[in-house]
Amino acid sequence: MNRTKGDEEEYWNSSKFKAFTFDDEDDELSQLKESKRAVNSLRDFVDDDDDDDLERVSWSGEAVGSISWSIRETAGNSGSTHEGREQLKSRNSFSSYAQLPKPTSTYSLSSFFRGRTRPGSFQSLSDALSDTPAKSYAPELGRPKGEYRVSYSIHWCDTFHMLLCQVCSLERFRSLQDKLQLLEEAVSMHDGNVITAVLIFLKRTLSKDILFRELEVRQVALRHLIHFLKEIGDQKLLLDLFRFLDRTEELALSHYREHLNIQDPDKRKEFLKTCVGLPFSAEDSAHIQDHYTLLERQIIIEANDRHLESAGQTEIFRKHPRKASILNMPLVTTLFYSCFYHYTEAEGTFSSPVNLKKTFKIPDKQYVLTALAARAKLRAWNDVDALFTTKNWLGYTKKRAPIGFHRVVEILHKNNAPVQILQEYVNLVEDVDTKLNLATKFKCHDVVIDTYRDLKDRQQLLAYRSKVDKGSAEEEKIDALLSSSQIRWKN
Amino acid sequence: MAAHLSYGRVNLNVLREAVRRELREFLDKCAGSKAIVWDEYLTGPFGLIAQYSLLKEHEVEKMFTLKGNRLPAADVKNIIFFVRPRLELMDIIAENVLSEDRRGPTRDFHILFVPRRSLLCEQRLKDLGVLGSFIHREEYSLDLIPFDGDLLSMESEGAFKECYLEGDQTSLYHAAKGLMTLQALYGTIPQIFGKGECARQVANMMIRMKREFTGSQNSIFPVFDNLLLLDRNVDLLTPLATQLTYEGLIDEIYGIQNSYVKLPPEKFAPKKQGDGGKDLPTEAKKLQLNSAEELYAEIRDKNFNAVGSVLSKKAKIISAAFEERHNAKTVGEIKQFVSQLPHMQAARGSLANHTSIAELIKDVTTSEDFFDKLTVEQEFMSGIDTDKTYGYEHILTLHNLEKAGLLKPQTGGRNNYPTIRKTLRLWMDDVNEQNPTDISYVYSGYAPLSVRLAQLLSRPGWRSIEEVLRILPGPHFEERQPLPTGLQKKRQPGENRVTLIFFLGGVTFAEIAALRFLSQLEDGGTEYVIATTKLMNGTSWIEALMEKPF
Repeated sequence: MNRTKGDEEEYWNSSKFKAFTFDDEDDELSQLKESKRAVNSLRDFVDDDDDDDLERVSWSGEAVGSISWSIRETAGNSGSTHEGREQLKSRNSFSSYAQLPKPTSTYSLSSFFRGRTRPGSFQSLSDALSDTPAKSYAPELGRPKGEYRVSYSIHWCDTFHMLLCQVCSLERFRSLQDKLQLLEEAVSMHDGNVITAVLIFLKRTLSKDILFRELEVRQVALRHLIHFLKEIGDQKLLLDLFRFLDRTEELALSHYREHLNIQDPDKRKEFLKTCVGLPFSAEDSAHIQDHYTLLERQIIIEANDRHLESAGQTEIFRKHPRKASILNMPLVTTLFYSCFYHYTEAEGTFSSPVNLKKTFKIPDKQYVLTALAARAKLRAWNDVDALFTTKNWLGYTKKRAPIGFHRVVEILHKNNAPVQILQEYVNLVEDVDTKLNLATKFKCHDVVIDTYRDLKDRQQLLAYRSKVDKGSAEEEKIDALLSSSQIRWKN
Repeated sequence: MAAHLSYGRVNLNVLREAVRRELREFLDKCAGSKAIVWDEYLTGPFGLIAQYSLLKEHEVEKMFTLKGNRLPAADVKNIIFFVRPRLELMDIIAENVLSEDRRGPTRDFHILFVPRRSLLCEQRLKDLGVLGSFIHREEYSLDLIPFDGDLLSMESEGAFKECYLEGDQTSLYHAAKGLMTLQALYGTIPQIFGKGECARQVANMMIRMKREFTGSQNSIFPVFDNLLLLDRNVDLLTPLATQLTYEGLIDEIYGIQNSYVKLPPEKFAPKKQGDGGKDLPTEAKKLQLNSAEELYAEIRDKNFNAVGSVLSKKAKIISAAFEERHNAKTVGEIKQFVSQLPHMQAARGSLANHTSIAELIKDVTTSEDFFDKLTVEQEFMSGIDTDKTYGYEHILTLHNLEKAGLLKPQTGGRNNYPTIRKTLRLWMDDVNEQNPTDISYVYSGYAPLSVRLAQLLSRPGWRSIEEVLRILPGPHFEERQPLPTGLQKKRQPGENRVTLIFFLGGVTFAEIAALRFLSQLEDGGTEYVIATTKLMNGTSWIEALMEKPF
């Protein structure tokens, strides 16, 4: 069934879509273009008007009659236009499929606990519940059995669940023994809802110390309590719990987490200060310290720059107004900002890039990448040049890029660097193949031509001649080389 | 209405109809005219179950989105809140109820919790002094929602975080309940396989629920032969890779929500003669994506590099079909041509849409950023070191990732990845994207670990990879659920097994594509129906694990 390319070409050439050529190297893209054009040209000879009938989709794509569509419709006026056909349709599709199994039972309440493997273990609960009015469940549970093809009786978890939700006061569980047993039963059901219900009850009726002590040996329940306390935001009890459990690192992290809720930068900074020195892991301790230092810096820089910007005296801020405040930005963003606005500052100032690099021990690669991006964006080519220039002790200069010159070229290209600049760095790429690739990609003709000359590759040079403009200086240069008798071509 | 759900080996319309019936029953409990106030998150999943018409038949006259302050005016007898059991939603509901105008006609309030009632929420309502206002407080156990003929999801966004980070197994409990429902409708599944801690828990819960089931025997002939329960944390790697199937890329780039995608409208502007340029739509174009659409069913699981040629072939077929009109001479021929027109036009519409989507995706996949990202990913997969830096704002998130097993400090211990990669053949150098021969085509080289495990289970069996299974986290196990003799299946020669594979903690579209590829293999021997707690991709997954302000 595979059609060959020949077939395809024959088709397209014989049809009205003759305009296509398959010269495009990107085969697939051209295929997309094909189908796009085919589709578009079809519009010309097919009436478009009955589209709506076919798809019954409103512009936003929402199927007419879908729930979210209807919310919009009915929330407005009376949206009763579409239901006719829909109604009919849904009625038709409504066949006599099997029903979803429903809890159904004719058992009395206490017998829900039948089938427990440890007789008596639940005595306290069923006793406790024996005087609950069983009738209140009757309307829900007392369906005639025959109604269900698949009869699926309620199991006791459901009952337990229901009891907890509807009736229950668990107050009858007075002794610690009973309470703990209740908790263990809840845990064995894995239903977090039930476990949490019991935990709330225990939290209310047990002293903190006893609760913590008992949960320490019941890890599942303990995790649920921690989750629950996080959920309801009871930070105080959570911290008490971690303290009790001697989970110092979690305690520290949990305290640290609170900074997320502090909007005011100064208050946040002060809060972070209280985190420094908490028992984090060794690695984190350093990060937390850095986090504090960074925000402290940002506050200083922000105040200073906001002032400079509004005074309107500084050129860089006039030409490139700040898009956002630097507060709470990541370190790399801060470095970029400082390379953009404060590049030339002396190391002693808080906002200088070199100072940031030192303070936060930013690796060379990261620094160069960031500085390059910032200076290239400002088209400060001299700074870019200086970034890669090193002097040895004899005063000779050398070009060196810790990130590799191929990356430098890519970044410069992204920032629309002119060809002369690009060329300079393409030439510094060591690997010849990479150099040629980049030079070809970015149309650095001189580099390509010189490289082929150095490789003595006459064939490639000849091939490249067709890619440069007719009558251009590049073409002349190639012609001169090709006719030169000085070069001993390898092919 | 949802015919595509019955295309597969297992008719999932049965499940859909069952949950629709349950919904009707609840609505009928609240007699009289009704307005539904929706937790917005639920409208998507509900849309897969019912359209407005069903609600309308049961006297639902108005629908609103749940918002603070006062409820919009509605002249109805009942106000029903459809909500997930979440505390913050209870606060809004209470606000609605309390600001109800007492001079107006009295209205009855009800709450439908989806998928479970929660004591915590009811406690909150009680604290806010409104619990007594509700006549019906019920739950609608919409555990597994049918998405396609072979796909079910619980759409529980927090499942992974709760299970693996918080140690809260409630979503596993829901998964087990969902599986019990499936078994009630499709028969007891005779064999259960599993890998991972959570898989073990779910199997235990299922066995326990079955034991405590005191009603009559399930007398339905089993449709599924096997159940495979897989923990997401057995394979944390796969979701992080960029999916390279058509559907996977749509999801990576635009995000598919409840089978809908929102796309930038420019490419979908109607191009009619005479009105060029004006009235360009500004609202996102929303499209439904499922196998009800013939073309989409054909291309969704292909590697994106194989999509272009299919689209161009389709374009030719359709143009050729339209050209036929010149050949239609007799009245009969013309009549026949006209009778085919609606189908042809639908096909054209579908082709136009997917050509536009493919163009949008192509713009991204040909960009340098995309290429760089893919390169880094592939370096990771093949074990080359790469530097990464993060801001301090991510300290807490990184902790979560470490706790969930996504990050590990390299502390000199043995790195097991090379062994796993080699034994399970996770990296394939020769990938055929056009006519794939192996599941690795979905990531152009990387074969998803999770799906490889499923593949090896079906043939030759896990015994052959015991060593690797021991390296991967959590136990692996097998359980049998005995069937009465009358229900035992005698497989015809050449008949495929049906395996229900349940991803606990989420699954990606690329993994689904890989499983569909296995289902379609002629000598594969196994067809898969896929279930999960959430359809997800790397971005939505990590986002769910990030720490945000309270």
